[in-house]
Amino acid sequence: MSVWSEEVQERARAIVARYPEKRSAIMPLLYLAMSVDGYLTDEGMEEVARWVDLTPAQVLSVASFYSMYKRERTGKYLVSCCTSISCMLAGGDDVLAAMEDESGVPDGETDEEGLLTVEHVECIGSCGGAVAVQVNYELIEGVTPEKGRALVRWLKEARPEVVNTDEMQTLFGSRTSFDWAVKEEGGAVGPYPAFQPLGTVRGGDE
Amino acid sequence: MSTLIVTRRMNEHPTDSHTIDRYIATGGYEQARRAVTTLTRDELVEEVKASGLLGRGGAAFSAGLKWSFLAPERPAYLVVNGDESEPGTFKDRQLLERDPHQLVEGIIIAAYANEVHHAFVYIRGEYAKPARRLQQAVDEAYARGFLGRNVFGSGYDLELTVHLGAGAYICGEETALINSLEGKRGEPRLKPPYFPAAKGLYMKPTIVNNVETISNIPHILAMGAPRYAEVSPSPDTGTFLMSLSGHVRKPGNYEVFHGITWRELIYEVGGGIPEDRGLKAWIPGGASAPWFVPELHLDMEITKDAVAGAGSMIGSGAVIVMDEDTCVVRAAERVVRFYAHESCGQCTPCREGTTWMEMILRRIEEGQGRAIDLDLLIDVSDGISVGLNWPPKMTTICPLGPSAVSPVIALKEYFRDEVDAHVRNGGCPFPRSRAHAGVSE
Repeated sequence: MSVWSEEVQERARAIVARYPEKRSAIMPLLYLAMSVDGYLTDEGMEEVARWVDLTPAQVLSVASFYSMYKRERTGKYLVSCCTSISCMLAGGDDVLAAMEDESGVPDGETDEEGLLTVEHVECIGSCGGAVAVQVNYELIEGVTPEKGRALVRWLKEARPEVVNTDEMQTLFGSRTSFDWAVKEEGGAVGPYPAFQPLGTVRGGDE
Repeated sequence: MSTLIVTRRMNEHPTDSHTIDRYIATGGYEQARRAVTTLTRDELVEEVKASGLLGRGGAAFSAGLKWSFLAPERPAYLVVNGDESEPGTFKDRQLLERDPHQLVEGIIIAAYANEVHHAFVYIRGEYAKPARRLQQAVDEAYARGFLGRNVFGSGYDLELTVHLGAGAYICGEETALINSLEGKRGEPRLKPPYFPAAKGLYMKPTIVNNVETISNIPHILAMGAPRYAEVSPSPDTGTFLMSLSGHVRKPGNYEVFHGITWRELIYEVGGGIPEDRGLKAWIPGGASAPWFVPELHLDMEITKDAVAGAGSMIGSGAVIVMDEDTCVVRAAERVVRFYAHESCGQCTPCREGTTWMEMILRRIEEGQGRAIDLDLLIDVSDGISVGLNWPPKMTTICPLGPSAVSPVIALKEYFRDEVDAHVRNGGCPFPRSRAHAGVSE
């Protein structure tokens, strides 16, 4: 018996159908489990194990390898500041320190209310737009310490349900790695990447 | 300095280069249609070989040659590596966001040429927006009959799955990527088998190519291999996307021919260093590459062979520039910290060595360094990468550990005095805050 709703199970079936072998669906199913519970729970991993015919321990061994599968509850907003080489050269450490100070949340921790997690991350591929910050994996480029503080205040006060990259870039960003050109609608609703790979289905009887 | 190839459409049509309508209006999918309906596998492999196209993921290996190595067993798979995680590199992100159909068309041609019926694009987990853009393009291609059953009415079937990683740099290594795609921990595979082309995904013959490599394929067909091979004055054919970051006035991705000098790249293309500060060093090909310094390397022409001849690599094309106020100990610590964090843990020299190196560098930077620390650092590095050369003599399954040694080579060769000064002075002589160092004037 699945602990997931019929709607979520439908998505899980679509995910499994996109791979020649079931086990390959573990990674997208782990994200799906996170979207159900807000983070990766033991129950979520047990459910994923049933979908791919493995033991929960085998699923845990995979999940624990990857840093984006959060096995403890994070804040509603996961604020990730890059402090790898290119961002460090542009003051990434200062941006991180400013956001820690403004939020009162030390690097890697979550506030008492469960609203904000602040973490430093290794390179997120935005080196031309250093310093790069992501909120729930939605990007802001060209962040300064002052703008980082403003971002933290905004998240605390405005508490957006959907985190939109273009809105945040306009409010808190400056220089970008390249011209983003076109604005997007929508965004992330939790601390996992806003990507639902349901558009592709395998054809026929392959 | 170049003829634009893979960034031409996004430059000429900035507001809609990612849409299928613009793509088709600018000749898109014509080469895939021609390949699938009129060309053979052998003709396509020969065409790509003749183009001289080098892989753009870091190893700069001939793409056509790689295709020709594909073992005859079937099914075979095509995996496009979009795990772009090498610090300094952000070119594939631009290709994915701004011209995703170019990649999809390249995939159709590459898959058909390699008798593949299921292709994958593995995109790093933090690239949510690039993945969304690509998935939209894939959905549109399915809807038009360019993917799925009976591609272009030719009887050829091709499925394409976009797969999201979850925050592990090591999955950019092709055998780790394959393990990850199989639903396993992203640990590189012990060799042999040496090449995924023999035993790759599900132990079947597999081609793994980078996003930029595959994005070039439609253009090779459109231009024809001879013209593509001649477009660049450099022995490295075609154009290269170079990601410029760090202390330059105009960071960004630049599509250039190889053969320009580092001076031209940093001072003309990149606009020089903010406030005309001096140049201290740069990393020529992603964080894994041994560093270059102006006294020795500024007037070197950028080609695969010239850079390799000087003991480094063009790698992923990422150039990270450090000005004269940069503390090289801190910069080295930051590069080493990355590899310590991303080590998969299989091989002892890498797992233990990178962490040890990070500790040594941090204590030097923070004023607790000892006089023997640089020699200790070199000794630990030698345990990971024997002789401290590039390409490395490996003690590990993959090059991640040896990559962490690259900044130590720079400290040993060029910056011994600066390390000693940290130890003597009990800490770092450079300003702690660089909050405005990168901001253009």
